[in-house]
Amino acid sequence: MNVTVKLFASFRTGRFDIETGDYPDGTTVADVADSLNLPHNELGIMMINNRHVKLDRLLADGDTLALFPLLGGG
Amino acid sequence: MVTHWRSFLCSAEDDMETLPVFVRDCSEAQLLNWSCQVAAAERFGVTLAQVEAISLEQHILPARYQRNRNSISVSDQLTLFRSSVAVIGCGGLGGYVVEELARLGVGRIVVIDPDVFEEHNLNRQLFSSPVNLGTAKVEAAEMRIKEINPAVTLVPLQTPFSPENGTDLLAGCQVAVDALDTIKVRIELADVCNSIGIPLVHGAIAGWFGHVTTQFPGDDMLQTIYSAWGSGKGVEGSLGNPSFTPALIASLEVAEVCKLLLGQGTTLRGRQLMIDLLSMEINVINLLYAES
Repeated sequence: MNVTVKLFASFRTGRFDIETGDYPDGTTVADVADSLNLPHNELGIMMINNRHVKLDRLLADGDTLALFPLLGGG
Repeated sequence: MVTHWRSFLCSAEDDMETLPVFVRDCSEAQLLNWSCQVAAAERFGVTLAQVEAISLEQHILPARYQRNRNSISVSDQLTLFRSSVAVIGCGGLGGYVVEELARLGVGRIVVIDPDVFEEHNLNRQLFSSPVNLGTAKVEAAEMRIKEINPAVTLVPLQTPFSPENGTDLLAGCQVAVDALDTIKVRIELADVCNSIGIPLVHGAIAGWFGHVTTQFPGDDMLQTIYSAWGSGKGVEGSLGNPSFTPALIASLEVAEVCKLLLGQGTTLRGRQLMIDLLSMEINVINLLYAES
């Protein structure tokens, strides 16, 4: 299935801004993060088709997944 | 102008004169200049803040605020003067937030931070300087605000914010500003704001990146933003914080505070403004569309 992944802020460094890839059925948000070497403790906002989701959410063909890093500094 | 009020002081020996009359007579074109404000405070033995109140109540604008005009009316300026805002954290974000609130003319600013300045703060924290390393951040803030706008009251509270003391620390404030650097305490602050029914303006930074939102009582914006958080810091732990990111995010926070206090414009309620200064991209995401 085709999933478009959009990365934001520091997640883009050494990766990409936006990329559509072929993922096997049953792929979760966590699987995508792992495939991109994004540590789970750095994950902030995660959205599929503009709705907030959790790590264990299953992706579907045609989904757009957006991943933002966790920002906490002041 | 100086001779104007000096001659006034000398000639007006009669005790019948009142502070409102003095302020009115000393003003020109509905503006009260600084020397008049100081003279009024000295002559009547009152604070600069009291003179500011008397002036604004008569629709006379202290001249320091004249460039606020047309964005912020004289009656708005009085509303700001009568407002209390709590700033939690007085580091990168908090320094700029406090400075801008004071210059804006917010009458009472409660600043909460347990820390003293350290050398690694110097790259971005507005009130830090080599001579005040080791000085409490809230003390430096108080000194700075006395220097730039002595009509503003700054309440320095050198203590860590916690769920236990939060209600007391925020007492009397209409808005709280999240300028913290610890996600755990940010979430606790959001909960306290909800429990006492005041809005919270939230900002966070890391490297070239930052975000802002405003949580109204009953909303749970921070729970959404930090739903994936387990423990520890965000990516600021590895990215650090340069000088320009806190200045920008702090300014956006103060704009939100100003609108909340004046009941004007559109806030970021339900929305999160995401800023990427490396790509120069701004995204606004909706915080209300969460899957259960």
